Amino acid sequence: MKVIVPVKRVIDYNVKVRVKADGTGVDLANVKMSMNPFDEIAVEEAIRLKEAGVVEEIVAVSIGVKQAQETLRTALAMGADRAILIVATDDVHQDLEPLAVAKLLKAVVDEEAPQMVICGKQAIDNDMNATGQMLSALLGWSQATFASEVKVEGDSAQVTREVDGGLQTISVKLPAVVSVDLRLNEPRYASLPNIMKAKKKPLEEKTPADYGVDVSPRLTVVSTAEPATRSAGVKVADVAELVAKLKDEAGVL
Amino acid sequence: MSVLLIAELSGGALALDATAKALTGAKQLGDVTVLVAGEGTDDAAAEAATLDGVSKVLHADAAIYGHGLAEPLAALVVSLAGDYSHIVAPATAAGKNLAPRVAALLDVMVISDVTGVVDGDTFERPIYAGNAIQTVKSADATKVVTLRTANFDAAPTGGSAPVETIAAADDPALSSFVEDKVQESDRPELTSAKIVVSGGRGVGSEENFALIESLADTLGAAVGASRAAVDSGYAPNDWQVGQTGKVVAPELYIAVGISGAIQHLAGMKDSKVIVAINKDEEAPIFQIADYGLVADLFDAVPALKEAL
Ligand SMILES: Cc1cc2nc3c(=O)[nH]c(=O)nc-3n(C[C@H](O)[C@H](O)[C@H](O)COP(=O)(O)OP(=O)(O)OC[C@H]3O[C@@H](n4cnc5c(N)ncnc54)[C@H](O)[C@@H]3O)c2cc1C
Ligand SMILES: Nc1ncnc2c1ncn2[C@@H]1O[C@H](COP(=O)(O)O)[C@@H](O)[C@H]1O
Repeated sequence: MKVIVPVKRVIDYNVKVRVKADGTGVDLANVKMSMNPFDEIAVEEAIRLKEAGVVEEIVAVSIGVKQAQETLRTALAMGADRAILIVATDDVHQDLEPLAVAKLLKAVVDEEAPQMVICGKQAIDNDMNATGQMLSALLGWSQATFASEVKVEGDSAQVTREVDGGLQTISVKLPAVVSVDLRLNEPRYASLPNIMKAKKKPLEEKTPADYGVDVSPRLTVVSTAEPATRSAGVKVADVAELVAKLKDEAGVL
Repeated sequence: MSVLLIAELSGGALALDATAKALTGAKQLGDVTVLVAGEGTDDAAAEAATLDGVSKVLHADAAIYGHGLAEPLAALVVSLAGDYSHIVAPATAAGKNLAPRVAALLDVMVISDVTGVVDGDTFERPIYAGNAIQTVKSADATKVVTLRTANFDAAPTGGSAPVETIAAADDPALSSFVEDKVQESDRPELTSAKIVVSGGRGVGSEENFALIESLADTLGAAVGASRAAVDSGYAPNDWQVGQTGKVVAPELYIAVGISGAIQHLAGMKDSKVIVAINKDEEAPIFQIADYGLVADLFDAVPALKEAL
């Protein structure tokens, strides 16, 4: 079967994010960008399913600025077979909303007819945790979010999900959308030969207009502000002082 | 304006704390109807009706709603949506599973993890692991919102709203429940506990994690963990605190053997008092701790337990 893996180009998780002085957003000029960490896990899972003989073809899809082709090259170097880039903006500061992303992904799915879409649970920039669920709804497919284990069995998949009280296992009919959580696997690094090979893999470029999808935002960003900061308190010398402070000063014991 | 609040359930029982906290946010948006959809939920519906400020409880009891599967629940919520300006759920695993699906079916953009309600269209939410707070205004006809419970006080009980039984909606029959692995515990729940004791990679092993748990028990606290501790198998996944785990804001948060990565801070920096125990005096956690103790946790934690 065929699998589609949506991968998002986001600020690297190690970068200290700074809010722009004029409150219009965060500063993304000249900062290190990477593949969303959850999407690396999604790519890895697709590759493992391919290695297990369950999956024949992996198509990585990214939506955003032209530079997202680097993210797609990373997916190809890890082991995806081909890639589709939908250039939706030329402004690195413009983030497409999950609803628009889901509509574009639906259009790709309609063309590609995969049996599964494996995406990240959450993009670490907008922290929305929405695209997979939205795509599944638009397609009328089953959904399995926050996956920590995926087993494909015939025309269904058994997925273990990370939920608030522990773990839940469900069985979803294929085709399905699966969103992955942190414990699903440990993504591989692309080897140098594979990075070279990835340069020759097909990467198709499209625009939202090619799919006839309206990507205008539904939410207007009114402002972006620094969070309230917390200043460092005091160092205590020992446990006795700590207990005394918690009792007498903070009043929490 | 009228609001449909999706009650949080846990094994058929009302998850009172999450529901009551989300209710406080929902009340800022209008008149609140609570939807209790599950299996064997008569008590849950009756309890939801006692929450102060609830106008009505809609009760849908059917086997298809028994395990929180997103597709049948979303179909039910969408069938009710016409009557409401806002559809609200707590930003729990269940709420996050459901709300975006509902939003997409209504062709509206979901607004996730809201920490503040400005007005009926305008909401505050953290982005970039809480490194920035964004205020967004929605132009959609129906607003679908998840509320971060740590930012809202629980609404009290004392009300007596009518409970109306409603029929189940069509079942899309796309997925089925297999099993739950739920840890039974007498400890308070992580997201509602007054005190949380969390352990990190520094704790070193699953066996050593008993040290963290026993300190928590002495304090009547819930136990949390960093991602590193969970990934290493010292603690179960549902103890993870942080950007992609649970968000907590207790009176007292004690971080033991946790370095203080931004992704961890995202889940606990709104705690009232933060204590850090770490042997590295340069650990970033000390930059936000009210009380920092530079010590080996294997000395400090037993001593602390002793001193309490
Ligand atoms: C996409 C993504 C999402 C993430 N989400 C989360 C999340 O939700 N929650 C989360 O916590 N992390 C999250 N992380 C991981 C985060 O970046 C850090 O890697 C993690 O928080 C580190 O955990 P730690 O502090 O326990 O481990 P470390 O950073 O290794 O710190 C261990 C600390 O223990 C101290 N120590 C060691 N031995 C002792 C001793 N004997 N006594 C006292 N102190 C000792 C050390 O000095 C050190 O400071 C995420 C990362 C990514 C990429
Ligand atoms: N612009 C995008 N391009 C490709 N994939 C995306 C994009 N936005 C979101 N996704 C996918 O959807 C997941 C969840 O993102 P979000 O709903 O924004 O938190 C991500 O982990 C990606 O797999």
